[in-house]
Amino acid sequence: MASVIPLLVDAGDIGYVEWAGFLGSTAVFASAEGQIHILAERQQVINSHDGLLAAALTQDGKGLITAGEDGKVERLDIDGRTSQIFEQNGKWIDSLATGPSGAIACSWGKQGMVITSDGSQKPFDCTRTIEGIAFQPKGMRIALARYNGVDLKWVNTKNPPQFLEWLGSHIGVVYSPDGRYVVSTMQENALHGWRPADDKHMRMTGYPAKIKSVSWSNKGKWLASSGAPAAIVWPFGGKDGPMGKAPKELGAMGQTLVTCVACHPNEDVVAIGYEDGMILAVRIEDDKNAVLRRAGKGAISTINWEKNGNRLAFGSEAGDAGVIDIEG
Amino acid sequence: MSEVQEDVQAGAPVQVPVTVLTGYLGAGKTTLLNRILSEKHGRKYAVIVNEFGEIGIDNDLIVETDEDIYEMNNGCICCTVRGDLIRVVKNLMRRPDRFDAIIVETTGLADPAPVAQTFFMDDDVKTKARLDSVVALADAKHLLLRLKDSPEAEDQIAFADVILLNKTDLVTPEELAKVEAVIRQINGSAKIFKTEKANVDLKEILEQGAFDLTRILENDPNFLEGKDAHSHEHSHEHEHSHDGECGSDCTDESHNHKSHAGLDGNVHDTTIGTVSLTAGEVNPELFFPWVNKITQTDGPNILRLKGIIAFPDDKERYVIQGIHMLVEGDHQRPWKEGEERKTRLVFIGRNLDREKLERTFAACAL
Repeated sequence: MASVIPLLVDAGDIGYVEWAGFLGSTAVFASAEGQIHILAERQQVINSHDGLLAAALTQDGKGLITAGEDGKVERLDIDGRTSQIFEQNGKWIDSLATGPSGAIACSWGKQGMVITSDGSQKPFDCTRTIEGIAFQPKGMRIALARYNGVDLKWVNTKNPPQFLEWLGSHIGVVYSPDGRYVVSTMQENALHGWRPADDKHMRMTGYPAKIKSVSWSNKGKWLASSGAPAAIVWPFGGKDGPMGKAPKELGAMGQTLVTCVACHPNEDVVAIGYEDGMILAVRIEDDKNAVLRRAGKGAISTINWEKNGNRLAFGSEAGDAGVIDIEG
Repeated sequence: MSEVQEDVQAGAPVQVPVTVLTGYLGAGKTTLLNRILSEKHGRKYAVIVNEFGEIGIDNDLIVETDEDIYEMNNGCICCTVRGDLIRVVKNLMRRPDRFDAIIVETTGLADPAPVAQTFFMDDDVKTKARLDSVVALADAKHLLLRLKDSPEAEDQIAFADVILLNKTDLVTPEELAKVEAVIRQINGSAKIFKTEKANVDLKEILEQGAFDLTRILENDPNFLEGKDAHSHEHSHEHEHSHDGECGSDCTDESHNHKSHAGLDGNVHDTTIGTVSLTAGEVNPELFFPWVNKITQTDGPNILRLKGIIAFPDDKERYVIQGIHMLVEGDHQRPWKEGEERKTRLVFIGRNLDREKLERTFAACAL
């Protein structure tokens, strides 16, 4: 049985948890209030932003990048040091992505900036509000989710973007690990997928609620998603991805809505967080599940696995957070 | 999601009230906003603006956002929302302890409908925030000109629950009467306050519950009494019918194209007006299909819709309100003993077919 170690802080709860995960083997929790709680032998709190809007782990797992209402983008290193890497005074920086070679992209409204590991800045913009950013796995190219589609932009050229059009509002975007697919989350309770190489579309619809969380399984064979009273898991393993195939519905627990999903780093297992705070681990192949955490104070807003897959960190909208040790 | 909705019905979650401020450039929005932010009223406001502009108040909860209008439901023009607002409200609501209410200031050219619809069409926004009222500022000296050259100005007046007819010190009493008459012609149900420097008691404009079904039309005694003339406490002596139409025998100067009132003689040639409908009890089996059909077919032209409905054998008053094609309804409260069971509806819209509305509505009456 898994054991749960809650994050306990003197102040009661830490407010809306934007990101929970691991820097190396240290559990870290970033709250919307702007504090970063480090759950080590000696618990530590870092005041990073007055209002934190987005957080993402660097691809090498050694830094946590955060962005906030103060217009700043900061980095927390594995050794606990913090540094500011960008500032856009007076703007809310509300989208963030980390990419290859230590690159970071952030945006405010219709404008954004890519900051490379040597600190150089490459601005970009969009005709509409940028709702989400993702880096292509290889090469300096970003995908921008926006109204009526997704823009694919090479960072180092001024060429106009490749526009992946699909009517409606796209509020988030991810690349598949192999870079073949771009998938957006939509305002209209759907996912939309493109294969840019041959302009193929994939409509993934039927969700009763907005999809706030998606996660690729370790080799990109599956794409798990929230937004229904089960984790909806689409098969991307075949030649044509999910086209013409039905998704798996995993971890259905009555009518309780799934609000967060996180695939295990090495196995075809997905951690599923629900609106009542419960967390399950479910094997994708046969829907076999283990309860990792009973219901809590609020909807699960973030789950991330430790790199070796032994533990996961979670947080909720109501401020309860903790670490679950699978081995127990 | 189902649980959240049940909570809403039980009235459990606290939804932050949202006031939308509209009005043409120079009408006094910034003056009003500064008053709201600086006066001691014990309430904390988060303010969403398109540009920081001249708000000279140090308030760390002024959020700047680019107006970005999204069409939902495959491009239905009625189903437009402000995508940027969804995002900002969602982000604000992650730290709800910082403020008691939200004010959205729109640009002078903004159509208020997408702003209002945002608070009904996005589930996340809907569970955490509720549209309280739409307040329009109108410049007494320039409104008539604006109405002539800008459909947005007309929309803003038509859409409002509260209208501040501002800068009254810059016009003569006759001019003021004329402007007010034109406002009434466009919007027969808004509360009007005449002000000089937006100096209205803030209690009269903030947290009005104008979109709250349990309070709908409660603050419009004329509507409830079924009077045709307006006698708002803060309104003036204008006694013209508020249904927005002149008969052929109309002698009201304010509606007369040969007016000598001193402003531009060509008085507002409005396409927007108010149609009020009344009846006794209506047949629900006819009424609901009727209101659905009207809002589906004429939705683009219907800016606002409010009503109290009396159904036979129904112990409670049924209330509805709508914006374009969005209509919501619910039981409000029991009919009081001795209260006349009357059905009343107000449509505010562009090119409304009064004859058709009256005729088709009459067919629903018992």
